Amino acid sequence: MTDAGRDVLLEARGVHKHFPVRKGLLRRTVGQLKAVDGVDLDVYRGETVGLVGESGCGKSTLGRTLLRLIEPTSGSIRFEGKELTELGASALKTARRNMQIVFQDSVGSLDPRMTVKQLVGEGLKIHGLGNRKARDAAVIEMLGRVGLPREAGERYPHQFSGGQRQRIGLARSLVLQPKFIVADEPVSALDVSIQSQVLNLLVDLKQEFDLTYLFVAHDLAVVGYISDRIAVMYLGKVVELAESDELFDRPLHPYTQALLSANPEPEPGAVRRRIVLTGDVPSPIDPPSGCRFRTRCPIAQPICAEEEPPLAAHRDAHLAACHFAGTSISEAVSPAA
Amino acid sequence: MAELLRVESLRTSFRTPRGLLRAVDGVSFSLEPGHTLGVVGESGSGKSVTALSVMRLVDHPGRVDPNSRIVFDGHDLSHLSEREMSRIRGNEISMIFQEPMTSLNPVFTVGNQIAEAVELHQQLRKRQALARAVEMMQLVGIPSAERRVNDYPHELSGGMRQRVMIAMALSCNPKLLIADEPTTALDVTVQAQILELMKDLRVRLGMAILLITHDLGVVAEMADEVAVMYAGRVVERGPVADVFARPQHPYTEALLRSIPRVGMRYSEPLEAIRGIVPNPLDWPPGCRFAPRCDYAFDRCATDDPPLLAVPPQESACWLCESGRRVPRVVEVAS
Repeated sequence: MTDAGRDVLLEARGVHKHFPVRKGLLRRTVGQLKAVDGVDLDVYRGETVGLVGESGCGKSTLGRTLLRLIEPTSGSIRFEGKELTELGASALKTARRNMQIVFQDSVGSLDPRMTVKQLVGEGLKIHGLGNRKARDAAVIEMLGRVGLPREAGERYPHQFSGGQRQRIGLARSLVLQPKFIVADEPVSALDVSIQSQVLNLLVDLKQEFDLTYLFVAHDLAVVGYISDRIAVMYLGKVVELAESDELFDRPLHPYTQALLSANPEPEPGAVRRRIVLTGDVPSPIDPPSGCRFRTRCPIAQPICAEEEPPLAAHRDAHLAACHFAGTSISEAVSPAA
Repeated sequence: MAELLRVESLRTSFRTPRGLLRAVDGVSFSLEPGHTLGVVGESGSGKSVTALSVMRLVDHPGRVDPNSRIVFDGHDLSHLSEREMSRIRGNEISMIFQEPMTSLNPVFTVGNQIAEAVELHQQLRKRQALARAVEMMQLVGIPSAERRVNDYPHELSGGMRQRVMIAMALSCNPKLLIADEPTTALDVTVQAQILELMKDLRVRLGMAILLITHDLGVVAEMADEVAVMYAGRVVERGPVADVFARPQHPYTEALLRSIPRVGMRYSEPLEAIRGIVPNPLDWPPGCRFAPRCDYAFDRCATDDPPLLAVPPQESACWLCESGRRVPRVVEVAS
């Protein structure tokens, strides 16, 4: 890798997560849903890596697998050099202090019967950190940091708006002083005016607490805004990985090009050359042979069905998994009628 | 008048245990034949209830104020009997919803469901109706429609189901299509397909579209005119290019500034709108945006601004009283 000099916080190699598909009375396994199917990813200390893709591409599963919230089927995940997949329960618990997750669904992820103080302090309690007084102080301090009033601690999640609940989720993760946060669609459920508040907060907190983010989302503008680098996923694989600007300016993979061109921008009358992909995403139970994107790719050739293209460097640290990486597909398809 | 649809002072409220929830509170707009009006707003702004009110689909405990006027093609819909209204619904005005799975009946084939609409509204026989269903499915770009006509909704993908909904909605050649967040549940590449399809069909069939959405990108791409809703009201309306280029209402302005654009980086903070949307059970007095507005001055807290002309737009803001937006020094919020 060209970035050998940088400090790798998390290193994933060949990560697979297959879910068995069961059918019939005896629940026999009839297939494997390959949610994550061989992902290599380095996350450097202090950066934000965006993970984009459409529903079912495996981005959320990958985020959770990297924290071992879901057990990987195979592969290696190293966090600060330590192999996570080999840790026993108690060692994993210790490691988890450094790795936290923030969910999209702030209603589903906060126990409605617990006060905000209990919710935010729960992690400290589980890890046996500090006495009650110290924990309460840490909680109140953290509530202030995420922009919630002190009194919020005595209230229950339902008494807050979506944006405020997302702040509670953030406080809950940050109170453990983690190094790495997987943010799984943290602003997708929020209205635009609230979304920008939470994005600004995420940026501030990262600075203040020296955090590293893996930011999982489907909204390209949001991911582009917050990320230093972006990984694009399609059917369980990373198909392109590059610095944000580079990815937006020079997308190499046909899927990335299509994704970027499909994004409706708030500019009326903007001249766009939209590449409309035909068909739907194939099933991850039985993905196409060779390149998985070939069934929808406007520039697919016979080789694409035979050989799976590796994720290879095409420019400085700009990786793409395509036999014809860099070919513009807007010329290959006629503009939409 | 050349208007296809004119909505005047629409008020729709819901009786709740905690009081009267005034979801739509004095909304007016009009739509010309063949045009697309985007109604944009955040959750709770009243945009979906506006759409349901036009279709007269608001049920108990909801109630449309009898003084509201909804004039479609010369008829005041609020004065029609339920029977007359059901002739208009489907035939003249059709609606598609965000979640096609919940709007389709899981135990009937999609062909049957499209044919049912055709049979009901166009007095065709079953066989002719089924042929029309296949024709409609071809029109909306469903591959091998002759076969897919026998599929059940669960056998289709989300994008295909939305195509079926569109086929059903358009099967009777409506003059107006109301689309309530038609692409919100879809992935971006599938959304692009559906938006292209709607643009294409609009031209081919010459229908008008009332497009309800929270997505400013979708409005920019689809609409001729836009109505921006906030707290049960239209706060700004006008041609989409003008509203996006020169927003006259502070809410529109703040909304447009708060969304990250392609090419923006986190080193540059987003301009967030402070505070939260007010409670519909208890709208604030005066301008409803005033508590979150950077430009608010004393009058905004007491007097409710009507839509004021700021050609080519209209804006419900006291800064626009003179016919143009008066610049005001922003007072930094404490």
